[in-house]
Amino acid sequence: MKVIAVVGIAAMGLAACGSSKKAATSPPTTTGSGGTGSGTTLKLGFFGALTGADAQLGINIEDGEKLAVSQYSATNPSVKVTVVPFDSQGDPAQANNGANTLINDKVVAVIGPAFSGESAAADPIFEAAGIPNVSASATNVALASHGYKYFHRVLAADDAQGAGDADYLVKTLGAKTVAVIDDSSTYGEGLATVVRATLKTNGGTDVFDDHIAATGTDYGATVNNIVSKKPAAVFFGGYYDAAGRLINQLRAKGYTGKFMSGDGSEDAKFITDAGGAPAAGAFLSCACADATKLPAAQAFVSGYRAAYGTAPAIYSGEAYDATNFVLAAIKSGGATTPSAINTYLANNSYSGITKTIKFLPNGNVSGGTIYVYEVQNGQIVQIGTTS
Amino acid sequence: MHLHSFITLFWPSTVDGLVLGSIYALFALGYTMVYGVLKLINFAHSEVFMVGTMAVLGLLNLLNVHSPPGGFRLIGILLLCVVVAMLASGSVALLLERIAYRPLRRRGASRLAALISAIGASFVLQEIFGIYYTRNAVELPSLLGHAVVFKLGSAEVTSDDLLVVITGLAMMVLLERLVATTKFGRGIRAVAQDPETSTLMGVNLDRIIVYTFLIGGLMAGVAAMLFDVHYHQTQFNIGQLPGLKAFTAAVLGGIGNLRGALLGGLVIGLLEFYGSSIFGSQWRDPTVFVVLVLVLLFRPTGLLGESLTQARA
Repeated sequence: MKVIAVVGIAAMGLAACGSSKKAATSPPTTTGSGGTGSGTTLKLGFFGALTGADAQLGINIEDGEKLAVSQYSATNPSVKVTVVPFDSQGDPAQANNGANTLINDKVVAVIGPAFSGESAAADPIFEAAGIPNVSASATNVALASHGYKYFHRVLAADDAQGAGDADYLVKTLGAKTVAVIDDSSTYGEGLATVVRATLKTNGGTDVFDDHIAATGTDYGATVNNIVSKKPAAVFFGGYYDAAGRLINQLRAKGYTGKFMSGDGSEDAKFITDAGGAPAAGAFLSCACADATKLPAAQAFVSGYRAAYGTAPAIYSGEAYDATNFVLAAIKSGGATTPSAINTYLANNSYSGITKTIKFLPNGNVSGGTIYVYEVQNGQIVQIGTTS
Repeated sequence: MHLHSFITLFWPSTVDGLVLGSIYALFALGYTMVYGVLKLINFAHSEVFMVGTMAVLGLLNLLNVHSPPGGFRLIGILLLCVVVAMLASGSVALLLERIAYRPLRRRGASRLAALISAIGASFVLQEIFGIYYTRNAVELPSLLGHAVVFKLGSAEVTSDDLLVVITGLAMMVLLERLVATTKFGRGIRAVAQDPETSTLMGVNLDRIIVYTFLIGGLMAGVAAMLFDVHYHQTQFNIGQLPGLKAFTAAVLGGIGNLRGALLGGLVIGLLEFYGSSIFGSQWRDPTVFVVLVLVLLFRPTGLLGESLTQARA
């Protein structure tokens, strides 16, 4: 339902703002049925959750991708591009099916997979088929360790994020004792493991570790432990649904210390899942920047607002950049095959709205600032960086 | 192994375990009664519970409740919530009996067919809410806030903890008395003992079965309302995990046995919390199931045995 609603809003936004926004004057060519004109039409895949518990993150990415493609189409290029989405529901068990579906659809490149768990399952299939995949959000460290040629991501990995988080907790927030909880997912446990390791070396103490079930509703046992051990801060590695429940139950049991989580929790749903007020003052980190705060991204922000009626949220800007890099390969590089696109991605850099993207041989992006956000007055506000 | 945390967390774990256990126990009644009467495991019962939680959500949205109300308004809202949840869950249970089971029973289908029908009905109900409402977790307002009534050791006992445990126990006692002392209860026990003979004795089999589903549904409704009050969150698949635990509680206590459901629910609630405090949260469910297997090894029919039939009048 939500996906349909978003596409509907997008269509309405495009129609309503057609007279004023140049970028938005094109009809939405992203429905997959267009592109019957002359010249070739290439398919660009999307792989991520569009429904399911943590779908908002995937929707943000798909919206960024579709915006980039519709702006590209508005320039009336000789090579047309359409978006072919696959809804993975964030479930690694769907990844195999999803990768093969997109490969059968003859996509030339994929934006995604969105989450780390599904990336671990889908990346080898894309690698074998030689389909370049650019993730705007999968940050698990191990994903870059396989020597894949077709794997890329535009965000710094969790080792950078986790180390930055641990430093921020100990040095900036002054929290010497930390409880580190994770949701047992590939992403959450990976991030928490880096935080735990960094706490051992940067003067902090990891007083309590626990692994909760992402789908659980009752985190009472974990909360009781935290309340009795009184750490100065709690770090949670996982996605927003569980993060919201955890902070809700922590505050309900009277825990008053600081709460920090990673990019998986950085969505407005975190605040609603927490029941509003309990989320106040929570810190969230992300290798992604708030596009509305970036001077270079203002045209993107207004285009996004016109298309979807909301400000871009987490990963939208990264997805927009990743898509534009692939589109640059098609437009500037003249690449029309997966392998030509992949060669272009490997040998060029792209100056995007969030950062200048240059891929390392292992697929990671070079550089990587970790931004810190805080929940203030029911909004997630960027307050600085971890360094 | 953190035996130390088991000791320091003993009282908080006990309070939380009893609260969760009371919800499991009420939830387990639906499984245990239907099994007692029909020898059928009603796997769609988890969705009967889910619909109850959704009904409370809808009611609170309708009444526009956002912050903890006070005094008589609070009591009124709580009563209204429980009535609405019971109505919603009860109707779904009746609907299930009518659509998913009765046609099979009429045609003399095997119990296995009814079991598959139950699993199918469970998916259908879940997806109805997932597709037409939302797959996201939905927040409910906290009705009771965080009001500490008294302290038990190092644990704070809040008003919603008390509400859950007291309501749970009261409903259990009420139902136990109903089955043990009324004419209708005698009918249930007769059908559980021997459906054919009880029909010969003038018991209306269809009516007893309908009532059994209804009572299971009503109790799941109460459990759903208590769950909402305590956890302030629901989702289209919220019934799955608690449903599995409630079914386990029914088996642990002795399926078909009302007192067994209570005992099983409370034991599982406590085990979850004691297990996680000793071994860590990732061992929460394994602890429960290891204990279940051990109990069944020595008492194959559960802690109190399978005896809806033997409930004393």
